[in-house]
Amino acid sequence: MKRAININLLPDIPEDVRAAVLDVTTRLKDVPGALLPVLHGVQQALGYVPEISVPLIARELNLSRADVHGVISFYHFFRNKAPGRRVIYVCRAESCQAMGAVTLEKHIKQRLGVDFHETTADGAYSLEPVYCLGMCACSPAIMVDDELKGRLTPERFDAWLAAEKA
Amino acid sequence: MSITVYVPRDAGALSLGAEAVAEAIGAEATKRGADVHIVRNGSRGLYWLEPMVEIETPAGRIAYGPVQREDVIALFDADFLHAGKHALGLGPTEDIAYLKSQQRLTFARTGIVDPRSLDDYRAHDGFRGLEAALRMSGADIVKVVTDAGLRGRGGAAFPAGIKWKTCLDANADQKYIVCNADEGDSGTYADRMIMEGDPFVLIEGMTIAGVAVGATHGYIYLRVEYPQAQLALEAAIAAAEAENYLGDDVRGSGKAFHLEVRMAAGAYICGEETSLLESLEGKRGQVRFKPPLPAIEGLFGKPTVINNVVTLASVPIVLDKGAAFYRDFGMGKSRGTLPIQLAGNLKRPGLVERAFGVTLRELIEDYGGGTASGRPVRAIQVGGPLGAYIPTSQLDTPIDYEAFIAIGGMLGHGGIVVFDDSVDMAVQARYAMEFCAIESCGKCTPCRIGSVRGAEVIDRMIAGDAAERSRNEVLLRDLCQTMLGGSLCALGGMAPFPVLSALDHFHEDFSGAAEKATI
Repeated sequence: MKRAININLLPDIPEDVRAAVLDVTTRLKDVPGALLPVLHGVQQALGYVPEISVPLIARELNLSRADVHGVISFYHFFRNKAPGRRVIYVCRAESCQAMGAVTLEKHIKQRLGVDFHETTADGAYSLEPVYCLGMCACSPAIMVDDELKGRLTPERFDAWLAAEKA
Repeated sequence: MSITVYVPRDAGALSLGAEAVAEAIGAEATKRGADVHIVRNGSRGLYWLEPMVEIETPAGRIAYGPVQREDVIALFDADFLHAGKHALGLGPTEDIAYLKSQQRLTFARTGIVDPRSLDDYRAHDGFRGLEAALRMSGADIVKVVTDAGLRGRGGAAFPAGIKWKTCLDANADQKYIVCNADEGDSGTYADRMIMEGDPFVLIEGMTIAGVAVGATHGYIYLRVEYPQAQLALEAAIAAAEAENYLGDDVRGSGKAFHLEVRMAAGAYICGEETSLLESLEGKRGQVRFKPPLPAIEGLFGKPTVINNVVTLASVPIVLDKGAAFYRDFGMGKSRGTLPIQLAGNLKRPGLVERAFGVTLRELIEDYGGGTASGRPVRAIQVGGPLGAYIPTSQLDTPIDYEAFIAIGGMLGHGGIVVFDDSVDMAVQARYAMEFCAIESCGKCTPCRIGSVRGAEVIDRMIAGDAAERSRNEVLLRDLCQTMLGGSLCALGGMAPFPVLSALDHFHEDFSGAAEKATI
């Protein structure tokens, strides 16, 4: 009975979000320590973990909403807003700093007209900082979605961006 | 007969265009009717030569690099498939001085074998350590690891055998093996190279650990920034399961060991073992108090061995060749070899596995070839973002855990980041505090608040006049002592290392902006 009441208490939620969440939770809710795998699954399906999906995820995993919110907000990788079509991760760590990452970072921000954690006005790119991609022998490095670019210069970034837009 | 061509699928090589090179070689071979078999190996770790293409010849492998897609037609014209001469030719791979002088034990196969092929792994001495372990008692396996002197390669350098013994002696219905593959330190990539280039060795090491302590389930906690490693590990686990190296009855021994990959979510603190366990349990990655030790009460409250990738990947060779073989490498209390990762501003960045005892100078000058920029070396950060900045006057320090503690630093995971003389050390010190503030789990005050205050105090030092600067330096040093002594884990407890070393060795960089302008 309690479960039924909970369902009634759930806010209205878009059908695609509900379907994506239930697809993931049905597969993963019984694995030990399921919350991170579930959040990865939801983010993979929707591109982000919408605020509105939190009560449903909590109910399916038998956790409190605070538990779920707390985990989403703790980890840099999880986001609660839809990202741009591609996400550019720029490494800010020491090895890349030693090879000109600060200049590269300024250049990329200026070219895209956004700061970290922002998305370009046309919705094409989101920009995120990252603290090491393990590309320290190919510094400076960035990752676009899961495609790596090592020994990147401002000129090569521009060439890549131009090719993307073409 | 078909000719085998190796084009790395290592993430570093991919970041430099290896995928396009592999495609171009395949297309050009088809066009010319050449019978070519392309193997996507890991990297040899000679990153300034990546993408490095190798050709299998009767006289051994011949290397070419760095190869770009545009070079492929010219390479075919030069008949590189039969070791023809070309400007990118490097000669026999094994004769490249950088590689020839190394002592590769843990990295014996990385860059050589096909990481997707179990047969190739077995053909290169794979699973010999596990076979030996399956004939031994748990206590005997633990004794071999202890006698080999293997210490945790993640950074803390705790003797692996003692950790294993504690877990073995714990009584429980369920035990776990956890591999810490959350390699977050800047300047380190050895874990990634192993997982992408020789994933079976990690599976073998974890299985041996499971057999030793009586654990039946293992987790690899892998950073989300390593998608290539995830693919390699998942393929390797499936292959190992298909041939009963993993499962309910490992190679007919009657012992069970299951293994799965769990993805992290971009929190540096989850490289700390107790916060990693929290994360695996599906919680915020907040550090736990110790005791209880994870070996007694770890994952889901059960006895857990948690070790770094390189530690676990070093176990198979120890079991295969014996404790004495491994222990005979090294110096003092640092036994065996360390895969050292050269990074930052260097002409020849890459992986150097050598016995402990090699000096920083040899690594930076002989292997690294000095800076990429051609300017003088000024500072070297060893051991990741929490490691000390070392001045050139200490270049003769040997790679040895105790030697680094003696100079106020730490070896950590063996990452070495070189900066040239254009570096501003006050900026680096501020970054260390800023990084700690961003990545603090928030559980203890010295780390959570100290790091924020630390960045503010450094800002005031940089902006202020001489009097303001010396007042704030007193504050900063005092704050660093509080963080060193009062933090719950190594993040807050070691973030002062880069700050204090910058103050001690590069004090001139902290002079105020006003004074800098007048110099």
